[in-house]
Amino acid sequence: MGRTVRGPALVARDGFSARYDLDRVAGIFSRPAHKLAGQSYVGKILVLDTAKGGVATAWMLHEMKSRGIVPLALVFNSVNPILAQGAALGDVPMLAGFDEDITSAIPNGADVEVNPQRGVLTVVE
Amino acid sequence: MRLDGEEQEILAGKLGPVRQHALQHQMMVGAFFGAEDFVPVTQAHIMADTESLGEAGVRWLEGLAAAEESQRQVRIPTITDPRGTDFAKAAFLGHTPSMLDLEERTIVAFVKLGVIMTNTCINYQTIQAPARNEHVAFGDTGVVIYSNSICGARSNYEGGPSALAAGLTGRTPRYGFHLPQQRRATVHIRVEFTPASLNEWGALGGVIGRIAGNYWQVPAIEGMEGAPRSDQLKHFGAAMASFGSIAMFHIVGLTPEAEELGDVAQAGLPGHRVTRADVDALQRSYHSDDRVDVVVFSAPQLSLYELRDLADLCAGQQFKVPLLAVTSPQVKPDSDRMGYTRRIEDAGGTVLSGMCFYQSYAREIAEARGWKRLATNSAKLVNILGGYGYQPMLASMQACVDAAVTGKLS
Repeated sequence: MGRTVRGPALVARDGFSARYDLDRVAGIFSRPAHKLAGQSYVGKILVLDTAKGGVATAWMLHEMKSRGIVPLALVFNSVNPILAQGAALGDVPMLAGFDEDITSAIPNGADVEVNPQRGVLTVVE
Repeated sequence: MRLDGEEQEILAGKLGPVRQHALQHQMMVGAFFGAEDFVPVTQAHIMADTESLGEAGVRWLEGLAAAEESQRQVRIPTITDPRGTDFAKAAFLGHTPSMLDLEERTIVAFVKLGVIMTNTCINYQTIQAPARNEHVAFGDTGVVIYSNSICGARSNYEGGPSALAAGLTGRTPRYGFHLPQQRRATVHIRVEFTPASLNEWGALGGVIGRIAGNYWQVPAIEGMEGAPRSDQLKHFGAAMASFGSIAMFHIVGLTPEAEELGDVAQAGLPGHRVTRADVDALQRSYHSDDRVDVVVFSAPQLSLYELRDLADLCAGQQFKVPLLAVTSPQVKPDSDRMGYTRRIEDAGGTVLSGMCFYQSYAREIAEARGWKRLATNSAKLVNILGGYGYQPMLASMQACVDAAVTGKLS
């Protein structure tokens, strides 16, 4: 869903919920137990395992986008309807469903390109 | 997606731009999940607290509400999840004029759209529980898991924008839990412990949610003794949804689609055992301090029975630390009338209505009131509040009330 973008990958084998996991003002992961706690997600291509938590993400991506404190794209092994609805409203490119565990396949910090229309994630050499 | 005649008219803008945008949004989501067509829905439930919406979301709603009246009204009963404040107690919560302004603007916009401001996440206990096989578009995850599992109704998690879209078009994309095959069990859970207290029911739901792991998993649970009550299943389901993003479970012999395991599961499902030790371990993992700054009962909003139990525990007590109990606008008048509110507030507590603690600027409340160590009997709440800067701790209703009296959680 969405347009093709390129940027640095922020990778962890963990879940994602905008309400549970983020300090949306500071632009960092704030839930202490999250594997990315303390790290900034702004402008990053988030590569995570799955969508967690409640329904708030459906609004929050749109709100985060309006302030520019938002991930560049979302790449997940699996998503739930909320994340898809939120990405649609917030115009955040999203890709999900791979042949392998995407959080092991992509090195943290790699420069990656997300092409949601073709359903492809590429590590740029 | 295959569109019927009316859907084609909506898409062409013949019923106005608001419904057109709603259907376009639904088609994006439906196409992503491979929906072949739409299914008519009879009720919608919108999560739209202003902490989530922000200024951008409120403006977006106001844009829809500015359309001509005949083009902007929802077509099916469409209700709301808790709001971001209780206006009567906003000063106590440290809510600022700008937060209240956003809330007021949101309410005005929703009313223009024809939305019924119920402000509740326990609509299945208070407004109208959906019936078996009723297709609905519900928001709050606790509402969805209860409706699918206990009522046998059919809903996906519909976030605020999508639930509103369903209200405006009267339909939703047919994928996920609208399809019979998605409702079959994917994992078998053998429970060796039947909880008694609500916090234990929530903790058990949390353990199972973590095992199941994502939205597309459906646990089939066996081994429970007796028949749980609605409040117990409410905490169980809300926590499972919160910890695992789970939208449906079966309890074999209890829930409507699983009279026998074979009704919902093939042989050879992956299996797990859950014991009392697992439930205790989850609860202990949150016990980070002996002192508490605040006690909160919320998430989901309390039923009249929960408020009655709480009022009994509060009678004659004097609290050292604030105690908050959050309920729905439907339950609050009964609680007032029956004297439950007074018993809780005479002890120094506060009964709030129409909001939910984590949907009401929890981070700003923490900063305004200096609250960090929080005791609750809601497993869902402890799962959420860590990210908001709290040290949430899970204990029984009794232990939480004791903590409000002494300032210490035993």
